[in-house]
Amino acid sequence: MRLTVDGQAFDVNADPEMPLLWALRDLMGKTGPKFGCGIAACGACTVHVDGQPVRSCSLPVGEVTGTVTTIEGIGTEGRLHPVQQAWLEVQVAQCGYCQAGQIMSAVALLDEVAEPTDADIDNAMGGNLCRCGTYPKIRAAIKRAAVLKTAGI
Amino acid sequence: MAGVGKIARRTFLIGAAAIAGGVAVGYYYYRKPYPNPLEGDLTADEATFNPYVKIGADNTITIIAPRAEMGQGISTTLAAMVAEELDVDLGQVKVEHGPASYAYYNAAILEEGGPFAFFDESMTAEIVRAGMGVVGKFLALQGTGGSASTRDGFDKMRQAGAAARQMLIAAAAQKLGIAAADLETANGSILHKASGKSLTYGAVAATAAIMAPPADIRLKDKADWKLLGKPQKRIDMLAKVTGAPIFGIDVTLPDLLYGTVKMSPRFWAKPVKADFSEAEKMPGVIKIVPIDTNYGHGFGIIAENTWAAFKAAEAIDTEWADPEYPLDSVGISEALKRALGTKGSVMRDDGDVNTAFADAPREKIVEADYAVPYLAHATMEPMNATARLKDGVLDIWCGNQAPTLVRQLCANAVGIEQDNVNVHTTFMGGGFGRRVEVDYALCAALMAKETAGRPIKVIWTREEDMRHDAYRPASVGKFQARLGNDGMPIAVDMTIASPSLIASTLRRLFPSISPLGPDKSIVDGAHNQPYTIPNYRVTGVAAPVSIPVGSWRSVGSSINGFFHEGFLDEIAVAGKTDPVDLRKKLMAAYPAAVKVVEKVAEMAKWGETLPAGKAKGIAFTLSFGSWVGEIVQIADTPSGIRIEKVWIAADVGTALDPDIIEAQLISAAVYGLSAAMGQEITFADGMVEQSNFHDYDAMRIFQCPAFEVAILENFHKMGGVGEVGTPPAAPALANAVFALTGKRIRTLPLSKEVTFA
Repeated sequence: MRLTVDGQAFDVNADPEMPLLWALRDLMGKTGPKFGCGIAACGACTVHVDGQPVRSCSLPVGEVTGTVTTIEGIGTEGRLHPVQQAWLEVQVAQCGYCQAGQIMSAVALLDEVAEPTDADIDNAMGGNLCRCGTYPKIRAAIKRAAVLKTAGI
Repeated sequence: MAGVGKIARRTFLIGAAAIAGGVAVGYYYYRKPYPNPLEGDLTADEATFNPYVKIGADNTITIIAPRAEMGQGISTTLAAMVAEELDVDLGQVKVEHGPASYAYYNAAILEEGGPFAFFDESMTAEIVRAGMGVVGKFLALQGTGGSASTRDGFDKMRQAGAAARQMLIAAAAQKLGIAAADLETANGSILHKASGKSLTYGAVAATAAIMAPPADIRLKDKADWKLLGKPQKRIDMLAKVTGAPIFGIDVTLPDLLYGTVKMSPRFWAKPVKADFSEAEKMPGVIKIVPIDTNYGHGFGIIAENTWAAFKAAEAIDTEWADPEYPLDSVGISEALKRALGTKGSVMRDDGDVNTAFADAPREKIVEADYAVPYLAHATMEPMNATARLKDGVLDIWCGNQAPTLVRQLCANAVGIEQDNVNVHTTFMGGGFGRRVEVDYALCAALMAKETAGRPIKVIWTREEDMRHDAYRPASVGKFQARLGNDGMPIAVDMTIASPSLIASTLRRLFPSISPLGPDKSIVDGAHNQPYTIPNYRVTGVAAPVSIPVGSWRSVGSSINGFFHEGFLDEIAVAGKTDPVDLRKKLMAAYPAAVKVVEKVAEMAKWGETLPAGKAKGIAFTLSFGSWVGEIVQIADTPSGIRIEKVWIAADVGTALDPDIIEAQLISAAVYGLSAAMGQEITFADGMVEQSNFHDYDAMRIFQCPAFEVAILENFHKMGGVGEVGTPPAAPALANAVFALTGKRIRTLPLSKEVTFA
């Protein structure tokens, strides 16, 4: 099957039942999305399919019809996405393992709602677990990212 | 403390065996420095000054921060110690974890392993602390834990930076023909202000590195610090917001195979039947091999991708032998309660407790039974390791908290010498004590024996991770107090029983060493708190239940913080004393503790009347050398109890990076609150019942309270940071629940009795 991931085309020879996460990690070398639970309960594997956040650990690769975007496709070291820039400014991450998923959920939220309220953040981010307890900084960084994004930075 | 002399004459765990070993080898060996492990692995134009500093001719400055980065920010703070004295900016250095080496032993990790309270500075306590430091060196444990990394690194890493700087100045003085005293350093260069001449560190590094290290190393005064004491940008942040491949699970190598494990869900039990026929036929499956280690028995599945390995593991049909421990949680709980009635080790014994209770009137007695469950670490990154055994050399890539242990035990497992093992320590997606264990590395090393030299990345499923942990021990406690006419406690008697995690850890890591003496961790957080009560006895009993238990963020203090501070709240209520006032009175001999409690009470406006449906609870625990008070405010809402706000005041002695410390205190409190609210590991049919985040969840963003943190520096010794916010979290929450609902909940998790929003 043919997949477009982060703007690049991949020919993937996989069992269609294989979750998108493992196709990305093992077959396409995209290690940005992380394995946390395998049952869509922690959000570490969050990627976008046609801009919508999905839990790639529970989506069979054979069912993927749109273009896939991972943390590696939204920005680079020299050209960060406003959400990544805000994460850096607020110094959000501790162990960092869940943050790729947190950032992808936050990017999708801000694409939907330019200035999210606390309730919007609770709703959009509730599926992303963080065992280091960085939630207060995640909340602050989403609000900072909203400002950066609106300002076109 | 009155009990200390009595206790010091006894043996205690780790200390006895290892100190005896130390004496046999002799003091000379302790003094002798380990060789610099960087020497063998330099590029042509690199020079190394000591195990912590490398400088290239192009002025690339590399600092080795040899402690596990599991989110606590230690790589940033350790690098800042060296950079401070080397006079370089953190932005201009490369920071590496470095190789596994005895040179990076952690002396501080065991310093508080004796039976003394942190504030006990008697000669006996200090002698034992020094002895434990020697033990740390003899065991050559390159370990991250015990909230000890900054305390261990503080002198030696600053000295490493200062020594290198002095050598660089000496070399520049020689080259320029200018007296060393007339030279200054800044941003990686040596300057002579009068002539304007300057040299980069790189230009003189090769000459400087072969000079004799200075006999007299001068460290900066605290007042002159440019980096330490001030918030630094974390060196790992950019990689963590861009999804860079920095974790063990991200390791990618040519010809890589993938794998997983299916270990016995009954600890220590062997398979009595195993049918691989279905699994072996599945596409992508290469081989299924037995795995037998001190952690237990099971199978490794070698495959072409992780998914194929996971599917095959499910398809293996097995039956396992019966467990050697009680089958279910009811049986385990009975075994713990039975242990309470057996002889234990008295770890604090002030006054005369028996006499104080003998004539106590019934109405002056407070009695309570407490219990906490087993807990899993549930790090975000499931256990994994990558291994390659080729031409007699084993390479292991993994996040781990003890690289020298990984090296030694993996060498033993595959039957090669330690010198032929290279441990590549990656960042880890959470540790919390889980990666002190080496089971993930052993499984990968054994599977690498079966792949004809190809590397294999072995990833556990979340279910395998949840069901094969070294759990926070379950524990039960029996508490009794006698109050005086003023409501203050005259006597307290505390007996706590739990499986010994030291004995359990030895069984896994060093089965040939048998535990000696009492395990301090059973009573840690109860026997060493800064309260003065005339008759004060704390007894620990090791319960004979062999489910594997280990270090879980704050270890014994995670249990006893809840027991001790919950019971103190009961004493306050029974004696009609305000819980803050009660603590301040009992702590009067320890000004650092009093100031912490005063500060947190002031921040939270303790004593101000709250609107109906809201309440606060307070708790205090001294652990890992830091004095921490927490107040939790909760509210009754239609969907359950909501934790609104948490105030934390912590005296850490010397605060090396206030932002990182604040983040750690909040992190540790969230960790403790998550467990208190809803976590428990239970057993049925000899197996763990929980399997994933649907039945072992943690706090989510919509449950997370607001935090306000104050960092104090009143005490004269530095304390730890990574764990100290956990112990007071559970009791502060439980005490708030009592204040709100009148329900005194003595068994965790609280969700058995109340609902959280």
